[in-house]
Amino acid sequence: MSEVTPIQPEEVAKEPSTGSHLVRRLLHNPVAVVTSATLLIIILGAVFASYLAPYDPNNSDLQAILQGPSSEHYLGTDGAGRDVFSRLLFATRYSLAGALLAMGLAAIIGVTSGLIAGYFGKWFESFSTWVVSLVMALPGIIVLLAARSVIGPSLWYTMAIFGLLLSTGFHRLTHAAVMGVRNELYVDAARVSGVRNRSIISRHILSVVRAPVIIQMTIMLIVAIALQAGLGFLGLMDNSIPTWGGMLGDAFAKLYQDPQGILWPALTIGITAMALALFGNALRDEVERSATPKKAATGTKAAEIVLSDVPTVIHQPADADREDLLRIDGLVVGYDQPDGSLKQVVSGVDISVKKGEIHGLIGESGSGKTQTAFSVLRLLPHGGRIAAGTVHFDGQNLATLSESEMRKVRGARISYIPQEPMSNLDPSFTIGSQLVEPMRKAMGMSKAAAKARALELLDRVGIPDPKRTFKSYPHQVSGGMAQRVLIAGAISCEADLIIADEPTTALDVTVQADILDLLRSLQRELNVGILLVTHNFGVVADICDWVSVMQDGRIVETGPVGALFANPRDEYTKSLFSAILDEEHARGAYVAPAGTAAGGK
Amino acid sequence: MTNESLLVAENVIVDYPIKGIGNKPFRALREVSIDVRPGETVGLVGESGSGKTTLGRAVLGLAPVTGGSIRFEGKEISKASPRERRALSKDIQVVFQDPYTSLNPSLTIEQTLTEPMRVAKISAKEASRRVTELLDQVGMPSNTLGRLPREFSGGQRQRIAIARALALNPKLIVCDEPVSALDLSTQARVLDLFREVQEETGVAYLFVSHDLTVVRHLSHRVAVMYQGEIVEYGDGDKVTSDPSHDYTKRLLLASPVADPGRQKVRREDRRALIDASK
Repeated sequence: MSEVTPIQPEEVAKEPSTGSHLVRRLLHNPVAVVTSATLLIIILGAVFASYLAPYDPNNSDLQAILQGPSSEHYLGTDGAGRDVFSRLLFATRYSLAGALLAMGLAAIIGVTSGLIAGYFGKWFESFSTWVVSLVMALPGIIVLLAARSVIGPSLWYTMAIFGLLLSTGFHRLTHAAVMGVRNELYVDAARVSGVRNRSIISRHILSVVRAPVIIQMTIMLIVAIALQAGLGFLGLMDNSIPTWGGMLGDAFAKLYQDPQGILWPALTIGITAMALALFGNALRDEVERSATPKKAATGTKAAEIVLSDVPTVIHQPADADREDLLRIDGLVVGYDQPDGSLKQVVSGVDISVKKGEIHGLIGESGSGKTQTAFSVLRLLPHGGRIAAGTVHFDGQNLATLSESEMRKVRGARISYIPQEPMSNLDPSFTIGSQLVEPMRKAMGMSKAAAKARALELLDRVGIPDPKRTFKSYPHQVSGGMAQRVLIAGAISCEADLIIADEPTTALDVTVQADILDLLRSLQRELNVGILLVTHNFGVVADICDWVSVMQDGRIVETGPVGALFANPRDEYTKSLFSAILDEEHARGAYVAPAGTAAGGK
Repeated sequence: MTNESLLVAENVIVDYPIKGIGNKPFRALREVSIDVRPGETVGLVGESGSGKTTLGRAVLGLAPVTGGSIRFEGKEISKASPRERRALSKDIQVVFQDPYTSLNPSLTIEQTLTEPMRVAKISAKEASRRVTELLDQVGMPSNTLGRLPREFSGGQRQRIAIARALALNPKLIVCDEPVSALDLSTQARVLDLFREVQEETGVAYLFVSHDLTVVRHLSHRVAVMYQGEIVEYGDGDKVTSDPSHDYTKRLLLASPVADPGRQKVRREDRRALIDASK
């Protein structure tokens, strides 16, 4: 029995980890600080309105109407002789309370129903979706006007009803987020651990919805404030309570006598809404930043290329008589980092593929094997580039070709078989059209000729009913069939070199054997070269002529399959071979544990 | 089937409803029977759609059992109420395939590991002692506790998932393709860990995998599943090296061996078998 060796965790993340630091991060965000301070002043004004206001907000002094700002009336008086500053303070109290009522009600109803629908599903999910769609189809303002005519112009009832209408937004948001996680394995694991649903929701589910809901809350608050101001302005609200909208309406009626009266409520609404919107943005930025650690933005590290000086174990030099179809020399692939340095994923790789040869490129995840294959196609993911080295194919250096020249090579001269057949077929086109189109583009075939050839190819790759498959959509065929279609596509333009990236990894083992058989016979028939990326030694043993073992971006050992498999010389290659599960030794017969039926401790 | 079996599943049927009115449900399991003894590993092998994962989920109470019975220590569990399920969680645990989604990304390793213990009302002090012990058992350093899953590689996460499964000293762990997402060298180490843990604690495994060699390495007995049925069930060595059912033979011959010479023979045998069955 081998001993369990402790494993050191990979490099420690230097950034503070979770949302508990959100408040601290917000305090470092200038926009968040300014806006939250503004909001705090507004809220304090509303809460302590009774103490701060010099006058009763409804006390009208008919001796002093429409006065300008003075030491007696800081912001002057309105058309009924009421103190504008006092009214503004109380209006802020009522308007904010009304908006908070609508938003709070919306959040409570929407999040609860969204959680239930998303987590438990079943009939409630379809029922609530139906209700939400219905409510969303109703024009909000008309519902509110209708409700007003029944229940009167009460601020609180109106905002409560508006809250019901807004709850649909929260429902949808929560529902979608919960559906995304309800089938996560960690939720299943919690269920198996006997965690109660209530506890799963609060621990595993709510943490996912928390951030988007908080952001949605700031938006909904703005919506509620705006709508409430609109209704107040139209005079549809209870006039005995000062509100922003009501003040705006009153001032608007006296616009010609006292134009500045409209300024104060408008400014308050504007500043509050703006502060809320900017605060929501800052909140979103900080919440999203927690997902991706902040990177140092400045720095002038030079992009330095580091090559390993450990030599590759070469079993036998490549056959010099036969011409190379593909020759990669000193390939370095890297990703530019924000600090100007280069993160190298391939560091000086040499590979040659001859005509009619299958070259296996084997390695574990992160070894750089796929990056090497993609640089031949010049299809590196965003940010990646060939930093050094040459990729010679048929006399051209692919590393320096322009994008338009490269397009002529890709597909027509070098084709590609991917790992995931399904995601590499466009679900909205028939299989036939996806085969015909490249042939017409690359080889200038007529439509009829291309179709005839496509049917021929589908037959050649072992598809039982080519005509039916030709007319099918990708979702109508199995994964194995889809991979056969992609192989048909790869050989359709008579390419000389095929890059196959783990072509059988996603397939069942019996299908894998069929696909390997197919690749082998096609390769012999067409005499193409194949660069096959894989992590499976069995696949290499089955189909490859030559093999290169990759580790950490370099080739540690290369040679003919027979020689390398019989006598691996590099330490890493040896360790991989020893990790292959022994076929000889099975577990052996079961021996009942001593003692109780449960056994153990 | 002996009466000392820990888990006995008899004629289990699982139907998944298909959306839409009048659609017949999809039958994922067709009267499947299997038993697991204490401290034993039973391997369930098959290709995608064979129902192997569904059987594991049925035992865990995560798949709807339409017919048949599943008994654990003689007690029927296929229709267990949520309360009974909670009681069972002490005895039946799980390790999933994907170590990247089986740990909640926003909980620290300590929070994840103590969760089952909190449910079992184990004191915080006792839980933290147990967590240290568990990490040691799966070969992870104790400074793992305060970290988040994203700081660990696939193999390390799978070790943590095993530690979580072991937290309450279960009698049975359902392992759903626990090494399929791992690199070759990691896979071998994690399989060794499974074996060590079994020898130490006497836990039984229902080990689901698509890979015959993996199953062979760990299982005392192996059941081969095909289209919702068990086609062959018996001694692990026998089933994985000298199978009697045609499908198992095809499965065995289809998985390539890392030896060019032997693989050539295997390939030809496979061709011959397919030609003969035509």
